[in-house]
Amino acid sequence: MVIINTYLQMVSKPQQFDVMVMPNLYGNIIGNLGAGLIGGPGIVSGMNLGDQFAIFETGTRNSGRSIQGKNIANPAAMLLASSQMLDHLGLKDHGKLIRESVKKVISEEKIHTPDLGGQATTLQVVQAIVKDIKEKTQQCLCLYILGYRSN
Amino acid sequence: MAARVLLNSVQRLIVGKAFVTRNFSSETRTVTLIPGDGIGPEISESVKTIFAAAQAPIAWEPVDVTPVKGPDGLFAIPQKAIDSVHKNKIGLKGPLATPIGKGHRSLNLALRKEFNLYANVRPCKSIEGYKTPYDDVDIVTIRENTEGEYSGIEHVIVQGVVQSIKLITKEASIRVAEFAFDYAKSNQRSTVTAVHKANIMRMSDGLFLRCCRHVAEKNTDIKFNEIYLDTVCLNMVQDPTQFDVLVMPNLYGDILSDLCAGLIGGLGVTPSGNIGADGAAIFESVHGTAPDIAGEDKANPTALLLSAIMMLRHMGFGDYACRIEKACFDTIREGNVLTGDLGGKSTCSEFTNEICRKVEAT
Repeated sequence: MVIINTYLQMVSKPQQFDVMVMPNLYGNIIGNLGAGLIGGPGIVSGMNLGDQFAIFETGTRNSGRSIQGKNIANPAAMLLASSQMLDHLGLKDHGKLIRESVKKVISEEKIHTPDLGGQATTLQVVQAIVKDIKEKTQQCLCLYILGYRSN
Repeated sequence: MAARVLLNSVQRLIVGKAFVTRNFSSETRTVTLIPGDGIGPEISESVKTIFAAAQAPIAWEPVDVTPVKGPDGLFAIPQKAIDSVHKNKIGLKGPLATPIGKGHRSLNLALRKEFNLYANVRPCKSIEGYKTPYDDVDIVTIRENTEGEYSGIEHVIVQGVVQSIKLITKEASIRVAEFAFDYAKSNQRSTVTAVHKANIMRMSDGLFLRCCRHVAEKNTDIKFNEIYLDTVCLNMVQDPTQFDVLVMPNLYGDILSDLCAGLIGGLGVTPSGNIGADGAAIFESVHGTAPDIAGEDKANPTALLLSAIMMLRHMGFGDYACRIEKACFDTIREGNVLTGDLGGKSTCSEFTNEICRKVEAT
């Protein structure tokens, strides 16, 4: 699709798009547009892939200087980027574990930092994610032990 | 005659570069009308009908811009059309289809070059009665229209490596920045924001930004700020109400003007104006020719009508503009007589007649 109409389509019917590939500048724009559509820079992750190296980071590359040090930054973007990194390294179970906990805390428990309209601190969001991961890993450990014993 | 020339000169001196021709009498002004292709002729007729109902002091001079073959074998706009716009200075244009084939250049590009249309203005305001996911949008994009990424300077370095030149000049940047501030003042807008990526394109966007800053210093009654293009896109879809007038180079303007049109409902309801360097201005609808519904009385004339209203304001006919605009917006808000694309079942004629009825009642 011609890139110019794409912007109009993205704000009126973004659901029609799936994977989009494009040159550098357009990608910068579409990436930010997409992030804005789903909730902002706090929850979008990104990865940069080369022939030999890969770097994972927050999707929109915003440094967030205005909220630096205030314990209100949304950790989701960085955590989702790190779970993509784990996937890339072949540690898919770990990647999935973290990603699903992040999604649960944000979508189900709705523990939101101010950028998502909430009042939670960065630490509170992280603690909620850690709590969820611990519960899941303890469950896994119990199931593993039970399975071992029954064998 | 001499007195009128003198009066016009005085008007220009008083009002400044981006002058608006004030009409102190109810003298009829002739405007070049380019109906265009596809649905162009029928929506142009709608506009003419509504203007007649409002008794707007506009006389229409229709011209055909269908390209004709010149002695060089290339197709070009007919001289009669060019002369008409040069004479009248103001034009209203419907959608044009660029014929595909050897020797045909884009007609829109040809018009832009011929009349040196340096600024493209698109006011995007939420329309009551036409709901979109974004409310209270009231943004004006002002796009530099002559250079930038669309300078057309490209070359092959080696096979598989192509270079494209983004040309930014001080002259064009100052000109569009001055227009943006003048527009803000004439239209009671409070803030002008320069959109750029000078962090990456330090020389080109850097020059554009410096020119905007320079003009801002001379217009301290209007607030000025700067924003990165990607940040605008990010913020625009989260809260479009934070933006007022945006000024930017060519490509960014192309993108943002379409993005803003999408916020308010698409190209079918978005007006557009192109301002030229020597007083010429062409106002146009920017949607397509819609050949599938051409001639079926289904077209929505809103975009062309709103562009014509912009034209009236530009010419100093603010009162007529307000009356017609109110009639148009009231019709859409009431929702009883809407064309198919607006969610209704009425024909173009019925929609037009409803607006005429409202205009005549005021």
